[in-house]
Amino acid sequence: MRVRVEQTPLPGIGVRHDLVTSSGRTVGVVSHRNGRRDLVLYDVDDPDACLASIPLTDDEAEALADVLGASLMLGQLAGLRQQAAGLLTEQVAITAGSPFVGRRLGDTKARTRTSASIVAVLRDREVIASPGPTFQFEANDVVVVVGTRTGLDGVTAILAGEFDD
Amino acid sequence: MHSTTVLLVEVGALLFALGMLGRLGRRAGLSPIPLYLLAGLCFGHGGLVPLSASKEFISVGAEIGVILLLVMLGLEYSASELIGNLRSAAPAGALDAALNALPGAAFALLLGWGWAAALVLAGITWVSSSGVIAKVLGDLGRLGNRETPVILSVLVIEDLAMAFYLPLVTAVLAGVGLVGGLKALAVAVLTVAAVLVVAIRYGSTISSFMSVRDPEALLLSVLGLTLFVAGVAAELKVSAAVGAFLVGIALSGPVAHHATQMLSPLRDLFAAVFFVFFGLSTDPADMPRVLLPAFGLAVVTMLTKVLTGYFGAKRFGIALPGRLRAGLALMPRGEFSIVIAGLAVASGVEPELAPLATAYVLITVVTGPMLARLTDYAWFKTAVRRMATRPRPPEPLPARD
Repeated sequence: MRVRVEQTPLPGIGVRHDLVTSSGRTVGVVSHRNGRRDLVLYDVDDPDACLASIPLTDDEAEALADVLGASLMLGQLAGLRQQAAGLLTEQVAITAGSPFVGRRLGDTKARTRTSASIVAVLRDREVIASPGPTFQFEANDVVVVVGTRTGLDGVTAILAGEFDD
Repeated sequence: MHSTTVLLVEVGALLFALGMLGRLGRRAGLSPIPLYLLAGLCFGHGGLVPLSASKEFISVGAEIGVILLLVMLGLEYSASELIGNLRSAAPAGALDAALNALPGAAFALLLGWGWAAALVLAGITWVSSSGVIAKVLGDLGRLGNRETPVILSVLVIEDLAMAFYLPLVTAVLAGVGLVGGLKALAVAVLTVAAVLVVAIRYGSTISSFMSVRDPEALLLSVLGLTLFVAGVAAELKVSAAVGAFLVGIALSGPVAHHATQMLSPLRDLFAAVFFVFFGLSTDPADMPRVLLPAFGLAVVTMLTKVLTGYFGAKRFGIALPGRLRAGLALMPRGEFSIVIAGLAVASGVEPELAPLATAYVLITVVTGPMLARLTDYAWFKTAVRRMATRPRPPEPLPARD
């Protein structure tokens, strides 16, 4: 199920993202141009007004995103495992010696070559969910891969630079 | 004493006093603008303390203050933001102009002033203070509110409209007549359109000439460019302020961000000098006479701002409480009204204009932010809820992806 996130420009200030939850509440984030961000909760009686506006520091926002992202990721992975018995997930570390340090995810062509997918990257305690093909790897990234046993082994080999088609 | 030492003593004492006043004001939740104006009234011509040696310094400082106010305003918006906003907010902007500029013009004609003065007063009552309003919205924690984009887009339109209005007024005040004024307006339209196109197409190229790495060089180059363009614009009779505004719009990205950070202390300093200068050029003895008309004008044009906010927010599907919040928030007039009045004072078009503008801005800028809080009180909310017989759910704002 896709959630609709609305983006509204705030000229001179920044941008606001908000979404209506299935329980009917509206939650938003005001991102200021100067890097400040506020988490805003809307009033039930007057949906145009925010009930609370909570300024978050970089660290606080990161921690909150971490908590939400990580619990979400774990839930999705658990769901995947239940859905298909033959599907496995594995965490593969990108070592400093990997040929893909500083290169893009698209360059690995992992999905076409092994039919296994890179669904997330863990970097510095942060979960980067569904990274795009332009995502750039760094040393010590941990890649979360979903696929069959041979697919996972293939991705591990690719990332280590030892794969041959 | 040597004249330079007198200058140092006077300017030093003035700035120190302003600093203390500003601090007091902040504690009382007041914008410093009315305090600076009052300080200016107390000093100099007809005031308590004459400032003789520093007069010239203050007048040059005031000029720089206007330029810095405008360049910072330009830096706040990117060209694409201005254009993108234009389409959706144009009806609200037009309504805002009609509802707020016309009463000012009518009032001036009613007082028997000439149409040049009417044009000036129209501008004074038209433009809300984006600085004061942004501060109020932030203080009241309303930046996330759904009516806030409506308020901001009205402010953006007003600010953009100034790029056309100021050259027109400058030309008319220079006594070139209506044809000359329209010629200046045409020049301004072409210039602004050209700058916007250049800023959107080549903004990053322009900004890449200035390096963010070296803060000192960036400060000097941005300030230098701004003053230079402002000077050239003034020479071309397009108004120095508009030149500065356009420089601010043309700069974008990290350069704009860093320039904003570095110029804001300078802006605070010279804008304070500007407000004092305007107060200085007003004789306090003229004030009592204009108080009543200023109060009447303030009441009328604050009500028209409420209507502007009400209908502007209604177009975006905001419910009644939000519409009232938008309207009440738009009431304060501030820096722009003083900038416009300052142009008129410099050309000596109508002697009563300066005291009237001072009183008008004082009234709106002090009461506006207070009235904006009205909507947060429980009794106000209950009254509004009772008034809204059939509350309807708000339609979502159009999203831009």
